[in-house]
Amino acid sequence: MGKERHEALGLTDDQVIEMFRTMLLARKLDERMWLLNRAGKIPFVISCQGQEAAQVGASFALDREKDYTAPYYRDMGVVLAFGMTAKELMLSGFAKAEDPNSGGRQMPGHFGQKKNRILSGSSPVTTQVPHAVGVALAGKMEKKDFVSFVTLGEGSSNQGDFHEGLNFAGVHKLPVITMVENNKYAISVPIEKQIASKNVSDRAIGYGMPGVTVDGNDPLAVYKAVKEARERAINGEGPTLIEAVSYRLTAHSSDDDDRQYRESDEVEEARKKDSIITFAAYLKENGVLSDESEKEMIDEINSIVNEATDYAENAAYAEAEHALKYVYEE
Amino acid sequence: MPVMSYIQAVTAALKEEMQRDEKVFILGEDVGKKGGVFRATDGLYDEFGEARVLDTPLAESAIAGVGIGAAMYGMRPVAEMQFADFIMPAVNQIISEAAKMRYRSNNDWNVPMTIRAPYGGGVHGALYHSQSIEAVFANQPGLKIVMPSTPYDVKGLLKASIRDNDPVLFLEHKRAYRLLKGEVPEDDYVLPIGKADVKREGSDITVITYGLCVHFALQAAEKLAEEGIDAHILDLRTVYPLDKEAIIEAAQKTGKVLLVTEDNKEGSIIGEVAAIVAENCLFDLDAPIKRLAGPDVPSMPYAPTMEKYFMMNPDKVEKAMRELAEF
Repeated sequence: MGKERHEALGLTDDQVIEMFRTMLLARKLDERMWLLNRAGKIPFVISCQGQEAAQVGASFALDREKDYTAPYYRDMGVVLAFGMTAKELMLSGFAKAEDPNSGGRQMPGHFGQKKNRILSGSSPVTTQVPHAVGVALAGKMEKKDFVSFVTLGEGSSNQGDFHEGLNFAGVHKLPVITMVENNKYAISVPIEKQIASKNVSDRAIGYGMPGVTVDGNDPLAVYKAVKEARERAINGEGPTLIEAVSYRLTAHSSDDDDRQYRESDEVEEARKKDSIITFAAYLKENGVLSDESEKEMIDEINSIVNEATDYAENAAYAEAEHALKYVYEE
Repeated sequence: MPVMSYIQAVTAALKEEMQRDEKVFILGEDVGKKGGVFRATDGLYDEFGEARVLDTPLAESAIAGVGIGAAMYGMRPVAEMQFADFIMPAVNQIISEAAKMRYRSNNDWNVPMTIRAPYGGGVHGALYHSQSIEAVFANQPGLKIVMPSTPYDVKGLLKASIRDNDPVLFLEHKRAYRLLKGEVPEDDYVLPIGKADVKREGSDITVITYGLCVHFALQAAEKLAEEGIDAHILDLRTVYPLDKEAIIEAAQKTGKVLLVTEDNKEGSIIGEVAAIVAENCLFDLDAPIKRLAGPDVPSMPYAPTMEKYFMMNPDKVEKAMRELAEF
């Protein structure tokens, strides 16, 4: 694996370091949230672990000053890349009033932040696909040059809204990039019991768009696929379906025990391909990262996570009566 | 003042709002070249073009969901459900997404979208082209449900719905489309969402209803007036959230309250109206609250005998009004 891989994609050393840093920040925040959950300080966690490469690789291929994203609940890497801060994510974990996603109304993982063009999400899966299509439709009507980027899990790609949304985008040639983060499990049900076709990306042909499957553990491969999809979208050539294949390294959520349905050997095997390890190795092999600079980065991230945790833990909850606000415009 | 049919008032409101604000656009099935199966969007494709009068694939959840996305961006979509009966695949988008968007994002995002749908029976539409669907959506805070009864109200309320910064379900009685005609000003006016309207002043009995049934109640009231029964008729106009003040005032005015809906009786809008009257007007009532509604069967059958049996009409309303007056 030579350094030319990221250079060939037009990425500088600084940019790949920033990618790695964002992946690592997502991982460390997620790990902290599990600790907080197990310590009884926050009621719920749903993880990004194992999917950071796909999330961050994709986001870096977008125009993060212009493009819109409709993330799903695992996309901590996406929202960090789009400008949400560690502190804001911790405020969401603790359900505090300052949480920009929902002011403590929604569970963690239900992202949304208008100033960073992150559409608000819910718990019924895949409802965000038509929303992303609607944003793209609006952009096309207004002759804007942004794309909308929507993500979901492979299980969710069975929902009607996935198919209705992709078909709509295909018919109207809208600038939508749909990325299915195939982590091989929908809670306990493995991919082979979810989808009859070989790949999720095979579904693209039905909607008149290209479908590509990429290694979701490789941020550069995902970057390349999303970059190409964005160029097509901006050139008026329509939507793309991307399937980023990785693995869910944690249980579905803090309320799930994955030992009930998968072997620990399988998880251990997947850990060897963990992008946090493999991308660090790539960066080190190419002299972009050293043991020393990695340690500095980890120290810096740990202090960001510590500060975010302390701030969020000490922040105020919304007043009880705030539950009555914002049903309608006030 | 020009006289318009109920559906012409729909078209006029859409056209004026599209002329006024370029963020307003229409999406739905057959709304473009054809101008809608009822012709509610007649002429709009020619005037505003394909991009703003968008024929969508036949998929209701996408119509609602794409509309929500466009609205979140800042457009003002007017989505058409071809028949209210076909809104069911879009229920998740409307209830889980549109209705909750402002609340769940703590006022960060909102959905300024109008969803129009023709409802109601008496048109040989059988089970799936006749239903009243308002009760499905009438316990969803965040959503507003408007059901106008006259061409004048249609224009003013549809314009208000399109300008509203929250999602509005705008239900049009399909039999009223060409049956009802009335004076509609050419100028730009809006009517307040959330406000009921007294359609007839009276002192003996109060009828509270909405949609096409307002028309039936008015017809019945004219006949009863000849017998010396003077009916007060309140048109809810917005069925969710309800105008509690107006309901209480109308009930107190006569002390005898008849509630009418074309929908099935149990769990309908008028059950909630009855609860408001019961909670607030106990000492003002001179008779039990009376409900007149469709039977509790799944929907309106096709054969004319059974359809007529289900469907509300002026005779049924007149009979119920007379009984209440004589109580």
